Amino acid sequence: MEKQTLERVIVEHPFFADLESYYISLLVSCASNVRFEPGKYILREGEEANEFYLIRAGRVAIEIHPPQRKPIVVDTLGEGDILGWSWLLPPYTWRFGARAMDATRAIALDAKCLRTKCEQNHDLGYELLKRFSQSINRRLDATRLQLLDVYAAD
Amino acid sequence: MPADWAIPQPWTVRAVEKETPDTFTLTLAPPDGHLSRFEPGQFSMMWVFGVGELPISISGDADAGGHTYTVRSVGLATKALVSRQPGESLGIRGPYGTPWPVETARGRDVVVVAGGIGLAPLRPAIYHVLRNRDQYRRLVILYGARSPRDILFRKELASWAKQKDTQVLSTVDYGGVSWHGRVGVVTTLLKYVRLQPAETTAMVCGPEIMMRFVARELVARGLAAENLYVSMERHMKCAVGLCGRCQWGGNFICKDGPVFPFAKIGGLLDRYEL
Repeated sequence: MEKQTLERVIVEHPFFADLESYYISLLVSCASNVRFEPGKYILREGEEANEFYLIRAGRVAIEIHPPQRKPIVVDTLGEGDILGWSWLLPPYTWRFGARAMDATRAIALDAKCLRTKCEQNHDLGYELLKRFSQSINRRLDATRLQLLDVYAAD
Repeated sequence: MPADWAIPQPWTVRAVEKETPDTFTLTLAPPDGHLSRFEPGQFSMMWVFGVGELPISISGDADAGGHTYTVRSVGLATKALVSRQPGESLGIRGPYGTPWPVETARGRDVVVVAGGIGLAPLRPAIYHVLRNRDQYRRLVILYGARSPRDILFRKELASWAKQKDTQVLSTVDYGGVSWHGRVGVVTTLLKYVRLQPAETTAMVCGPEIMMRFVARELVARGLAAENLYVSMERHMKCAVGLCGRCQWGGNFICKDGPVFPFAKIGGLLDRYEL
């Protein structure tokens, strides 16, 4: 995918809505276009968190692997979502697995490249952290609601 | 109010259909053969003689006079209700209560958000929009269930998804290993909807906590409180606003509800221990 197309895709993704073009150009230099076939693992628990993904199309299952059992899907993501924030914090390893449920298209952002740019440009780092914080906050809200088991019989 | 408002009429169970392991839909017929009219969102008081009386929302097609009731067996009275066999009788009073705003929603997008058994009171509103499809814009149905085996009206959800200008998204809180659909709470589905807040009427039904989270999310996405409606459920006795059993703040849910504009009651959903 050409740089200009990558830039357009990143600008149009909801996660980067209204981000200044200067920051977009910094992000583009760390970005690449990726595709995953149904059933393919995008990332695995315990492995190094070397990228994060802007999902453009398809569905992704977030999984936990219990011993001697099939994986349990704890959440699903889709178009407009982001996948992965373990790249932001040490020890930079994935805490869950992620598997493509459908044919999935995404933009991968190289984590080492991004971390370097954030260290060099704290404004970019702060802007990214604000956006990730909002995303983490929404997922935490949803997880709390999920834990309440609101549809259980009283 | 008619003098016999408190006297249940003996209706006959025509059919009992199992929807999920603990939820059943009963189709009833009145004693004189004349089905009383109801509006989407209304409920009846259902009496199992010798056991008790419960408010149950009508889940059938109002335009077809479909007096069906979808009941989850969670206690003595509901267990007795779903155990009725075709040919047996039940006592019915009603219909009672305020309807979904299907008239004021004409010409607008309709977003239906249901959780668990909350899809049953919303089904008549969905039927109404689909029967009068040209009078509404997009229909969006978002449904959350506890697990795959708890999904209500599974075949209808699939058939609604094939209708013109209709988007149906469902999710479960716990998927299990063989589930290939979405996992996550119903609020997470809203991000997949291209909401046009100024042109949208939303109708929400489910557990109160779920409705609070959904309402918060819809308002955050720009929906005005006056275009958002929720359906409440509490224990009831008289169903006509006399006994006070279902009083909720300054409202009687039986008479002022069960369908309320969020603008009128939004604060009550946030109040502790109410």
